[in-house]
Amino acid sequence: MFKNFMSWIEYRMPFMEKMNLHVMQYPAPKNFNFWYFFGSLAMLVLVNQIVTGIWLTMNFEPSAERAFASVEYIMRDVDYGWLLRYMHSTGASAFFVVVYLHMFRGMMYGSYQKPRELLWIFGMLIFVVLMAEAFMGYLLPWGQMSFWGAQVIISIFGVIPGIGDDLTLWIRGDYVISGATLNRFFALHVIALPLVLVILVFLHIIALHEVGSNNPDGIDVKVPNEGQKFENNVSEKFTFHEYFTKGGKKIIVDAIPFHPYYTVKDIVGVVGFLIIFCGVIFFAPEGGGYLLEAPNFEPANPMKTPDHIAPVWYFTPFYAILRAIPDQLWGAILMFAAIILLALLPWLDRCKVRSVRYRSTLHKLNLVNFVISFVVLGVLGVLPATPTYTLYAQIASVAYFGFFGLLWWYSKNEKTKPLPVRLS
Amino acid sequence: MLKKLFSVLALVTSASVLAAGGHAVHLDKAPINLHDKESLQRGAKMFQNYCLGCHQMEYQRYSRTFRDLGIPDDVGMKELAFTANKVGDFIKNSTPKADLARWFGAPPPDLTNVARVRGPDWIYTYLRSFYVDPTRPFGVNNEVFPLVGMPHVLQELQGIPHKKHETQMVDGESKEVYVGIVADGSGELSPEEYDRAVADLVNYLEYTGEPSKLESHSLGIKVMIFLFIFFVLAFLLKKEYWKDVH
Repeated sequence: MFKNFMSWIEYRMPFMEKMNLHVMQYPAPKNFNFWYFFGSLAMLVLVNQIVTGIWLTMNFEPSAERAFASVEYIMRDVDYGWLLRYMHSTGASAFFVVVYLHMFRGMMYGSYQKPRELLWIFGMLIFVVLMAEAFMGYLLPWGQMSFWGAQVIISIFGVIPGIGDDLTLWIRGDYVISGATLNRFFALHVIALPLVLVILVFLHIIALHEVGSNNPDGIDVKVPNEGQKFENNVSEKFTFHEYFTKGGKKIIVDAIPFHPYYTVKDIVGVVGFLIIFCGVIFFAPEGGGYLLEAPNFEPANPMKTPDHIAPVWYFTPFYAILRAIPDQLWGAILMFAAIILLALLPWLDRCKVRSVRYRSTLHKLNLVNFVISFVVLGVLGVLPATPTYTLYAQIASVAYFGFFGLLWWYSKNEKTKPLPVRLS
Repeated sequence: MLKKLFSVLALVTSASVLAAGGHAVHLDKAPINLHDKESLQRGAKMFQNYCLGCHQMEYQRYSRTFRDLGIPDDVGMKELAFTANKVGDFIKNSTPKADLARWFGAPPPDLTNVARVRGPDWIYTYLRSFYVDPTRPFGVNNEVFPLVGMPHVLQELQGIPHKKHETQMVDGESKEVYVGIVADGSGELSPEEYDRAVADLVNYLEYTGEPSKLESHSLGIKVMIFLFIFFVLAFLLKKEYWKDVH
């Protein structure tokens, strides 16, 4: 009965064929480590945001008069509304945690290098859309920090010469942030940007499966068939889709089917993640004031500025660069450059060896420099801009941009270690 | 239109300059416990008697307070809800907001979420930091919130609080040093009882800030136990499958 049904489907739409291609017979390198959990976790968080978001939308009222009260209604009067809201607000931060770690994995193992440049670009587009999505979502509860945070970030666009004022007016839909801004941000947050995100994630995965997953050794698992023999090749035990073997022209070495091996492994990662995620949701939903900021429990008041306006933590590395530069226009340019340079990594890194395991000591140190400068900028972006902190932020900005400059310089003739033939 | 924008910007700048002048005060830790139902009930009663005249809880319903604090609806409506008609009403007063703003210089803030905005320790310290200052309109000032527009509404409980100075030797000189606030003993409560009463009120405000806290911790523990068991099973399942690979 079920078999008949499936063949009825298959005749009309290649469902099992595509499942085999992308899941059951997709060759994944056997040596994925801890860092490879974050791709599947990002998908999990995306689903969490969409599902909890749908339920929140059922009770949220996107107007300046009712937005704050309707969030309090969700927190108090809707059954498990508090849980939906905390899952969504914690999920926003969790999304950036997993995405930042996912991106860093790509940087460590050179996953952006040829032939995965387009895959990396799709990833960067996801990151940028995600930032816009998070920013607009943060305005919706209509608290003090929602209002003033948005005020600060929208004013960044005002520094663009000539069109700046008109541009901020166009973004807000009013001379100040108002109900008009809230309504359009709501529309963009609940439908436009999530739609773009889902499409980009789809493209990201299609591009990934075309070129295949990279791995911690940064060597290929699909090699041209020249009649050579591979000892103890685990891949011989499994059937892979002919799309990947190209009718025998390629041999698959040290790769295993994504399902069941990585599905069962990712479940371990998912549960491990959920332990931390639920720990925050149930026991520390405010995240020490970093996930939900205290002033945001007060309704937006255009007449009262909070003592200290800080964007949510995931924006602070870039915000710190903006503040570190005395000239506003250059600050904004460098802030955007900090993101664009990441997108250009496939072309800035001219080394042919992908994984940090086989690259020079200089590269390893430079990667450490990147992590430290990024984290320091993130911390400074939360703190008020005193002269000392601004100086630190300037130094960290130089270190951040220095990473890209140095990489471009030394990667051309980098002294690398010999690559292994097989995965370790 | 541009004028409007400039006026807002000017306001923002001046407000942020003013706000930057805030100073740090030592805050006492509020001795509160959300599981202490009696303390929450006493706190709710205090709120109704001393706060509700001017402040409101715009987002909290009587029914929710009664349910969570274990107060039967009919008892609660008779003993606590002086201004409400229905048990589902929000905890609001009927004092016109414009009048309140005129009397105190600014409209008294809504208190539903005050513990989440200020933190319980701040409120606990604030309510115990009023002192006599004849230069102020209501004759009192506050150590934690200088020049606050609010009168000392708990004065009948605390008595009249004065700043106390002691003569101490500092660097070889005898100086008058501020040591704290001491009530004159005219209040209905002893200093310990007053601290206890304020703690009850703060406990209640902490509860109204996040009523779900009563529920979230017990649910969270069940979820965590489930996840830990799931984690072990998931790990064993992975190990079993990966025997093929290793």
